[in-house]
Amino acid sequence: MQVEVPGPWSPLLGRLTLDAIPYTNPILQGTFAGAALAGLIVIGCVLYFKKVGYLWREWLTSVDHKKIGVMYIIVGLVMLFRGFADGLMIRTQQVIANGPNAPGVLGAQHGFLPPFHFDQVYSAHGTIMILFAATPILTGFQNIVVPLQIGARDMAFPYMNALSLWLTTAAAALVMISLFVGDFSAAGWVGLIPLTELPFSPSTGVDYWMWAIQISSVGTTLNAINMIVTIVEMRAPGMTWFRMPVFSWTTLSTNIIGLTAFPVLGVALALLGADRYLGTHFFTAGYGGNLMLYTNLFWIWGHPEVYFLILPTFGILSEVIPTFSEKPLFGYVTMVAATFAIAGISWVVWLHHFFTMGSGPDINGFFSVATMLVGIPTGVKLFNWMFTLYRARITYSVAMLWAMFGLFLLLAGGLTGMMLALPAVNYTVHDSVFVIAHFHCMVLLVVASAFAGVTYWFPKLFGFKLNEGWGKAFFWTFSIATIIVFAAMFALGFQGETRRLDWTFNTAWKPMLMVEEIGMILYVVSLACFAIMLVVSIRNRAKNRVGADPWGTSRTLEWLTPSPVPFYNFAVTPQVNTRDELSWRRKHGLESAKPAGFEAIHMPSNTGMPVIIGALAGIWGFAMIWRIWWLAGISLLGIVVCVIIRSFNKNEGYHLQPQEIEAMEKNLATGAIVAEQPVRTHLHHVEAH
Amino acid sequence: MAHQAAPGAGTRLFHPGFEGHSQISARTLGFWLYMLSDALLFTALFAAYAVLDTPMNAAGGPIASQIVNPIEGFWQTIAILASVTCYSLATVAMKNGNRAGTALGIIAAMVLAVVFLAFGFNDLATLTAHGNGLGRSGYLSAYFVLILTHAVHMLIGILWMLVMLVQIPRYGFNEMVVARMLNLRMFWQFQATVWVCVYIYVYMIGA
Repeated sequence: MQVEVPGPWSPLLGRLTLDAIPYTNPILQGTFAGAALAGLIVIGCVLYFKKVGYLWREWLTSVDHKKIGVMYIIVGLVMLFRGFADGLMIRTQQVIANGPNAPGVLGAQHGFLPPFHFDQVYSAHGTIMILFAATPILTGFQNIVVPLQIGARDMAFPYMNALSLWLTTAAAALVMISLFVGDFSAAGWVGLIPLTELPFSPSTGVDYWMWAIQISSVGTTLNAINMIVTIVEMRAPGMTWFRMPVFSWTTLSTNIIGLTAFPVLGVALALLGADRYLGTHFFTAGYGGNLMLYTNLFWIWGHPEVYFLILPTFGILSEVIPTFSEKPLFGYVTMVAATFAIAGISWVVWLHHFFTMGSGPDINGFFSVATMLVGIPTGVKLFNWMFTLYRARITYSVAMLWAMFGLFLLLAGGLTGMMLALPAVNYTVHDSVFVIAHFHCMVLLVVASAFAGVTYWFPKLFGFKLNEGWGKAFFWTFSIATIIVFAAMFALGFQGETRRLDWTFNTAWKPMLMVEEIGMILYVVSLACFAIMLVVSIRNRAKNRVGADPWGTSRTLEWLTPSPVPFYNFAVTPQVNTRDELSWRRKHGLESAKPAGFEAIHMPSNTGMPVIIGALAGIWGFAMIWRIWWLAGISLLGIVVCVIIRSFNKNEGYHLQPQEIEAMEKNLATGAIVAEQPVRTHLHHVEAH
Repeated sequence: MAHQAAPGAGTRLFHPGFEGHSQISARTLGFWLYMLSDALLFTALFAAYAVLDTPMNAAGGPIASQIVNPIEGFWQTIAILASVTCYSLATVAMKNGNRAGTALGIIAAMVLAVVFLAFGFNDLATLTAHGNGLGRSGYLSAYFVLILTHAVHMLIGILWMLVMLVQIPRYGFNEMVVARMLNLRMFWQFQATVWVCVYIYVYMIGA
């Protein structure tokens, strides 16, 4: 059964023709040149320094949670840059295309982007920033930090962990491919229905959006299972629930949300896919479809997803603020309770995304009150952080600056959120850029705490600190840019500018649009500072080498291991005696106590299977998007065969011998880096019976 | 913090020989969590079915009472519950270390699952042949996709059983094989539970 699609279709290439490649578009020509150059430089460097084998052995096939976390963050940062480029295009278009006499270039009547292209840009911006930038970066932190914080050697399922990473990466690659082959969805990141239906979006754009999200959400679901099992099963002896660091708590709650919310997104998109591919009528405008069914299903996932992002953010703040305040976190138990309260309430607020759809006063009232309830646990958290800061010995390091800016954004975003929770206010400002400014305060809180986390945990992973001077330059330019752009955007919201405008008709908006553009230029400066910070830090790495505890005031177990963390994490599993174990050991002069002897450690072997399955999933997505049925069939079969082959794999890892550990620990004491695994023969299971 | 005790002579800082978690317990918990996500998937599908189960969404096509066949559904229910029973008997044989008995139980479970699927596919094919395919109306879309999603889960279970039929003679009942057998039991019972919900919700209430 195949739905008729407009345009040519051939059995060999599906809908793919030469016309699908937008080689005539100068913007995409430039993007392609830039991307190709960057790709060639990376590949060239790998080949020139003969690092192909190293890359394959140590990174691509790695099942080490720290390396997987780093790769998650790299994918997230690349996508963050892409999403920022989209944001820059949106802002520049709106300021140029202002008023009826606005000039137009590159085939656009106003500005430089024709409406269809502009619609793709904002759809890609939202999709990328939420699902392919913020989510991988936060997942990366959870991967890196949680096993270390709970005193574990690895995740519960290291192989599945790598699989999650490569599924997410394959999906991100599909979003990138949509730049150069075909187009991207022009129906917003939420998939405005029935615009996403085949008659209204006949091109492959919606398919790119849909399959990319679908593949990455499988990865996120698997990762959620992995994180929950790791936290429940793998805590070190003595690490009782209420000795667990708050970041691990927030990871637990956020992954419970992820596990329960992402399947609903999967269903919403699968039913949309059935409409587009099988000709069903779930969300069509005729034949008994129901448009609000999609909107409800999407936001039943969409709102928990927001807290899926914000809870690990709160976790990072709860680690950074006590460290640089030299105090234990104020109100630990209430912090944990508030985390789970937010997670619980996240399930009953989704309708506030469409108050104006006319559900009636009772339903709107319920969801309004539920939404305002979120303010209570969030307020508890904010006050807890404030009381942690109160009369503390604060070090204004870069990580701490980011965290404090995060608190400011939480206040601005939270209070405007309370305004939006009132249906009466919501009717006035809905779909205006006031809403956009509100949720950008919240997602920039995610970004701010992500950079706090990058600065804070970087020395743990790489053994040297990031440059403080350039870090501060990056921080100040970025935070001032944020305030400039979004203060102006709040004002524009009150002036009545609606969202998603490719042409801003009202010339009275011009001054504030100009202010926003100035902020965007400052963002570009801040990105340059970030790049310089990385270069300078890496160049001066020998000077900035640090030991196990670079900050000197950190409190949790991850700072007990050497920096960079050896691949086996802990030479001997630590015994946890109290909450904030490291600060307790430091207080009693035990922070550098060494274990008496070593025992063999069981380690999982690296495997190339996750990369292969990820690549097959990417090919399958591409084949489905272009309706190349034979390729879709073969790649799906390939995935099934790979999973079955893996189940026959008897390789059960290897043992690291005590004398090897002793030698490596000695090297670590003299500052050597033990991040690479030795080559060794693998154990094979002795067959029973 | 007040409750922090000072370290004493009995304080341990390291725990050599800490075994960590058992593979089977981690896998079992992980699989329960997977089934939680699968339950949410079916919940969303049931919600979609409930929304689209109105004469308006039938768009002039048949409504539930005109297409569901509770008698046929009853035989399907018997088949799937018998399949679960056979699989459970296979795990009893596994407990006794009886490879042949385990294989026999799995084969019986597979045959009954195929019978179940044959009923279902016959039903969908008949509907399609009468012009009431999944593209006929919003209601029929929900009906088909709910039944087909369950059928896909059943097919995956059958494939998994085939893999187990190869692995049991090859590896015997080692830790991995036993973990997979126990997870498959949960998976299989869960699919039967979902079917019982479908039978009550779609077939009995619909008729």
